[in-house]
Amino acid sequence: MSNTEAEIVLRARDIARAFPGVQALAGVELTLRAGEVHALMGQNGAGKSTLIKVLTGVYAPDAGTIELSGKAISPESPIHAQELGLSAVHQESHLLPNLSVAENICAGRYPRRPWTRGGGIDWRETNKRARELLAGLGIELDVTQLAGGLPAALQQLATVARAVATDARVLILDEPTSSLDADEVKALFALIRRLRDKGVAILFVTHFLDQVYEICDRMTVLRNGKFVGEYACARLDARGLVAAMVGREIAIAEKSTKAQALAGAAAQPPVLAAKNLSRRGHLKPMDIELRGGEVLGLAGLLGSGRTELARLLFALDERDSGEIHIDGKLAAIDRPSDALELGLGFCPEDRKHSGIVAELSVRENIALALQARMGLRKFLKFSEQCALAEKLVAALGVKTASIETPIGQLSGGNQQKAIIARWLATQPRVLILDEPTRGIDVAAKQELMREVLELAQGGTAVLFISAEIEEVVRVSDRIMVLRDRSKAGELPRGADEDAVYAMIAGVPAA
Amino acid sequence: MKRFTQNTLFWPALTLLLLLAASSLFNPSFLSLAWRDGHLYGNVIDILNRAAPLMIVSLGMTLVIAVRGLDISVGAVVAIAAAVAALMIGGNFSASGEVASKYPLWLALGTALAIAAACGLWNGLLVVKAGMQPIVATLILMVAGRGIAQLLTGGQIITVYYTPFFKLGNGFLSGLPVALWIAASLFAALHFLLSRTALGLFIRSIGGNPEAARVAGVRSSAITLCVYTFCGLAAGVAGLIISSNVKSADANNAGQLLELDAILAVTLGGTALTGGRFTLAGTVLGALIIQTLTSMIYSLGVPPEVNLVVKAALVFAVMLLQSPEFRALFLGRGAAR
Repeated sequence: MSNTEAEIVLRARDIARAFPGVQALAGVELTLRAGEVHALMGQNGAGKSTLIKVLTGVYAPDAGTIELSGKAISPESPIHAQELGLSAVHQESHLLPNLSVAENICAGRYPRRPWTRGGGIDWRETNKRARELLAGLGIELDVTQLAGGLPAALQQLATVARAVATDARVLILDEPTSSLDADEVKALFALIRRLRDKGVAILFVTHFLDQVYEICDRMTVLRNGKFVGEYACARLDARGLVAAMVGREIAIAEKSTKAQALAGAAAQPPVLAAKNLSRRGHLKPMDIELRGGEVLGLAGLLGSGRTELARLLFALDERDSGEIHIDGKLAAIDRPSDALELGLGFCPEDRKHSGIVAELSVRENIALALQARMGLRKFLKFSEQCALAEKLVAALGVKTASIETPIGQLSGGNQQKAIIARWLATQPRVLILDEPTRGIDVAAKQELMREVLELAQGGTAVLFISAEIEEVVRVSDRIMVLRDRSKAGELPRGADEDAVYAMIAGVPAA
Repeated sequence: MKRFTQNTLFWPALTLLLLLAASSLFNPSFLSLAWRDGHLYGNVIDILNRAAPLMIVSLGMTLVIAVRGLDISVGAVVAIAAAVAALMIGGNFSASGEVASKYPLWLALGTALAIAAACGLWNGLLVVKAGMQPIVATLILMVAGRGIAQLLTGGQIITVYYTPFFKLGNGFLSGLPVALWIAASLFAALHFLLSRTALGLFIRSIGGNPEAARVAGVRSSAITLCVYTFCGLAAGVAGLIISSNVKSADANNAGQLLELDAILAVTLGGTALTGGRFTLAGTVLGALIIQTLTSMIYSLGVPPEVNLVVKAALVFAVMLLQSPEFRALFLGRGAAR
């Protein structure tokens, strides 16, 4: 269906929007065609979210026009946009967990019973409509069950279904796959294709380049709020795309040869060794060793116990069994503050929920862990906090207006860097990074991974957890593979992705 | 000007000034001060003196709210502290006509304060260790605490005749009321703690995102426990001042509804009820606003039966003035920010 003659459904021209101090969008063009999946690409802060918010009526553009099927429109609110035929599914747009699937899908437009039958909401009709809608999209689901009880992936599918229930002509998907695993992504893509074949114009935003090439026909690239170009996916390869997004060719972070350092490290006792670590329902008994100067990659599918292991090491959850030794000595780690005291650091996977304190400034967020270790009385002077924050912000390239900006106002990638800065400030001996690259753009990812490698070169033991096997393989000295909440095995440095996948699947490598 | 209005203290301070101005309109001598018998006299001093217990309780409440908590038992703790102190000091004339204290004054006051702090600790344990919702956890002591105070006093009003005890609520030091000195030193001590130690940072991080604070290694549980304990202690201090002021302990009425005034003072001062953002100075202003309102109503000669309605109407007006949404609606967009 990806021919240029396809009917143009949505055309946005010369869109501009400024915020105090920032020109978020200027001269941006976007053309969506019926029956096409169109990718919107750009780094964090390129203006993707702002553009989506302009399209869905959250922000009014300062300049520019939006045409839907040839008619100029100016959406005033997301609901108004939906009425016009523009629906959006956001990364964080969830179903209401305590309502049934059908109630969620029909929310806001419940069918009414005629007053002769007592009026009120017609629940039977509600369920019927929801069932028909889902069946039409090929989703099998009991619509009467509570949405909160569904797995994340099914919730995501139902969210998309809800978005198209209003006969949307344009569907905007803002990072819909960021919390799904491979199979779940497949199911979502099947749904996207079905909607595409029905003639819906789909705008797809993601940081996963491979997904773009798998499902999209065309893409629009933004950089620093400006329109870079529109490309057919077949004509621009990943390297060209990254260059377009970043504005220059970027070097891919690779492991340097540091075999000699490692040879020395292997002889040393491990900085951290945990034996028989377990928590019922979360992790089966497991041993793990971390040496100074080494990056240990942790690979495994969603739910394989990656995060659970990290949380047990940092005493965020209580363990049922297991001993943790630091430098060969038994360590009493019963709460996170103990772990901090012993030189451990932990960057959590869920940045918003357990990483940043959104209202506090970048400076305070960076100083927090170091101050927690120094205790109440040895208060870092304001000038010391500033110096520390300035230094780390510069070293990690955190983009922020000032170190006094509330961290919640930074883009995702920069928040992540600031949280890593928080732990670097404590000069940790062991740093656990749980999905540090999730939801951040390619260039920021590379910078982060370079940072991880430098950290290890400085002697820190790094535990690197990522759902992206390719990343794990690239930075790790050793890879530990988890399967079904227990250790499946370990792979030495130099193992390739196939070997990791084979171990995850439990079959010998071909 | 803009920087001025953006300051969190601007609106509470403006509100207080407006109330004082209105009061002096009705009563031209309202703001006058006089020096008599080595003391400073005047309506303003009277307001400061009467507001002292509320200020003290509200300071504790501010910190509790800052860590996403709430303590609705402070009124009951006031009653307990008052009852303990009154019982230990003693309520009877001795045979010689000389009034003596049953136990030394310092022991009586110390015991009352220790029990009040224990009450706060109990609240904190219920919230931190048992994981109860703060409003439910402190509701228990709100109901039970007053019962305990009534048990202690046998349901009677215990009158105290031992004069040194009266100093707390009625005495003067360097021309100013002792109660005001106590409130001021508590404020100064807290201000020092929050600005010279990391406590302020920790409290704001716990209130802003408790999980993130814990992951960053902040000892959230210990700090939250301390904050509740301090709130209990502050209520105890207020209880001593109140009972000293009326020279008796009334388990049924001492500190009645004080928890609501304290929450109101905290809110008026600009502390977010959702936690994280807090201001001690704002709370002091909030407590003064409430006391000024009360004094104003009395000085206007409002009949007692409509007293509460008038107070509610004034509080409503004050809250509207402080709501950014309302200001945006009626005073134009510029005034809101």
